[in-house]
Amino acid sequence: MAVVTPAAPAPMGTRRKVGWARARRYVLPLVGLAVALAFLGPYIVMVLNSLRPSSDVVQTPPTFLPRTWQWSTFGDVLGDQRFLNWLKTSLLVATSSTIIVVLVAVPAAYFTARFRFAGRTAFLFLVLVTQMFSPTSLVVGLYREFFELNLVNTYLAIILTNSAFNLAFAVWILHGFFSSIPKEVEEAAHLDGCSRFGTLTRIMLPLTMPGVVTAVVFTFIAAWNEYVVALTLMLDDAKKPLTVGITSYVTGYEQHWDQLFAASIIAIIPVVILFAFIEKHLVGGLTAGSIK
Amino acid sequence: MWVALLWLGPALLLIIGVVVFPAVQLVRAAFSRYSITGLRLGDAGTKNFENVLNHSSLATVLANTVIWVVVVVALTVLISLAVAQFLAKDFFGRKVVRWAIIVPWAASLVITAKLFTMIYDYYYGTLNLILATLHITSGPIDFLGDDRWTMASMILVGIFVSVPFTAYVFVAGLNAIPDDVYEAAKIDGARPWQIYWRITLPLLRPAMVVASVLNIIYVFNSFPIVYTLNDRNPGFLHDTTITFMYKLAFKSAEKDVGMSAAAGIFNVLLILIVVVIYLRTLKWQEQED
Repeated sequence: MAVVTPAAPAPMGTRRKVGWARARRYVLPLVGLAVALAFLGPYIVMVLNSLRPSSDVVQTPPTFLPRTWQWSTFGDVLGDQRFLNWLKTSLLVATSSTIIVVLVAVPAAYFTARFRFAGRTAFLFLVLVTQMFSPTSLVVGLYREFFELNLVNTYLAIILTNSAFNLAFAVWILHGFFSSIPKEVEEAAHLDGCSRFGTLTRIMLPLTMPGVVTAVVFTFIAAWNEYVVALTLMLDDAKKPLTVGITSYVTGYEQHWDQLFAASIIAIIPVVILFAFIEKHLVGGLTAGSIK
Repeated sequence: MWVALLWLGPALLLIIGVVVFPAVQLVRAAFSRYSITGLRLGDAGTKNFENVLNHSSLATVLANTVIWVVVVVALTVLISLAVAQFLAKDFFGRKVVRWAIIVPWAASLVITAKLFTMIYDYYYGTLNLILATLHITSGPIDFLGDDRWTMASMILVGIFVSVPFTAYVFVAGLNAIPDDVYEAAKIDGARPWQIYWRITLPLLRPAMVVASVLNIIYVFNSFPIVYTLNDRNPGFLHDTTITFMYKLAFKSAEKDVGMSAAAGIFNVLLILIVVVIYLRTLKWQEQED
């Protein structure tokens, strides 16, 4: 991308700079459009394919635009009991996991950010190691554990898994936010007779709201998008989350491409809205938590 | 000490119960024999590990993993640097571009992977349609079926879904560089590329370390892309160690839980070693406060 380095070495000096300043008003938005299209392109194909019958998706020669527009797919999918079951699971699992992560990560992050104690380094190291594991690499161990606990095919199993594996990131981010707030703020609260817990909920949490919001959104999205553990542990069709469920629209036996894509779009929209909502904090949250 | 347990207890419980315990289970499973339905039959000694090491596809799978991780991470970092530099500029419509870039990050990997199976399709795929419309190719390419193309096709999707997160980390890194540093350099007569090479890149180092480490972990552990795009190819010709492990336990003819667990242990060790080596070479020290 040539535009990335503006004001290229200019032997002509100011005259060229003026020319560039005028041109960049048009060039930058155009490059922006190209970049946006590069990232949105595949999803535009997805939208177009959800608006045509499945038989039109798989017809040669392929066409960019639908040969017949079919607007009913979204309604069909939303009225499909199987889809509603998957949606319910996804909502239940993502919400529960997020609540657990916040309740567990906030005290841990706060305490490690504020106090020195025996085992503090060990705890932070444990969190760091957790970050390195993914449910994928441990999926066989997870399966064995839940198999022996008789928890295969239960919501509890995937809620716990999602909570545990997103805990590290939340602790990491929140630890950074809590550390960045001067101790004096808390000491003042203390002098005014605020308890330790009161300081956390009434002083620290409001000050670190961007961090909490970032942790919440990240956990929710990670749980919403989780695939491997649900694929392995959830055997009942009705208990599958969206990610696993919608793949059964297109299998070796039946191909409902229109429904697959419509369902995918319905699954993506809430997440994109959540992300756009914290876009500003997204950057701040990542810096505070990870780049020190 | 007891106070600490009160605050950290729930976190410890969760980590020990759902991360450490499964890890122990994984080790135990790796030394056990299992029936095809998953019942433990007895000790297997080191037999499972030997089976993995002697597996006829191991070399292919390892080579695939190296290519997959190195190429995806390297190109992701390079492209993200350019994208971040661009996004840090002020221009009309910047907000829209930022939102557009969020989409591949926000979308579930399975969904994106399924979408690409259609885009890459030999008969109906949009990519072949585009290439034909632009007269770049004379006939359609079987991106997912032709062995010469499968890995490249998967890598492209891998980069596509990794760039958004990485670019955002770099934007954060760029924003953290104070403006007066640039002004001082300009006053000293530094050229733009000198400024980029001597000032921007070195100051971006912390962001680069974070982005690279996280990307190595994510890409190495990435399951849905390789699993979904490679779905119809039999055998392990295009599998990485992660999908190899999964198929051993749940998909292959053997359904061998013990052997899969042994492969899983190799996976965990491999990623630990890679990350440690990477951090060592960067002489990174964990700075506490």
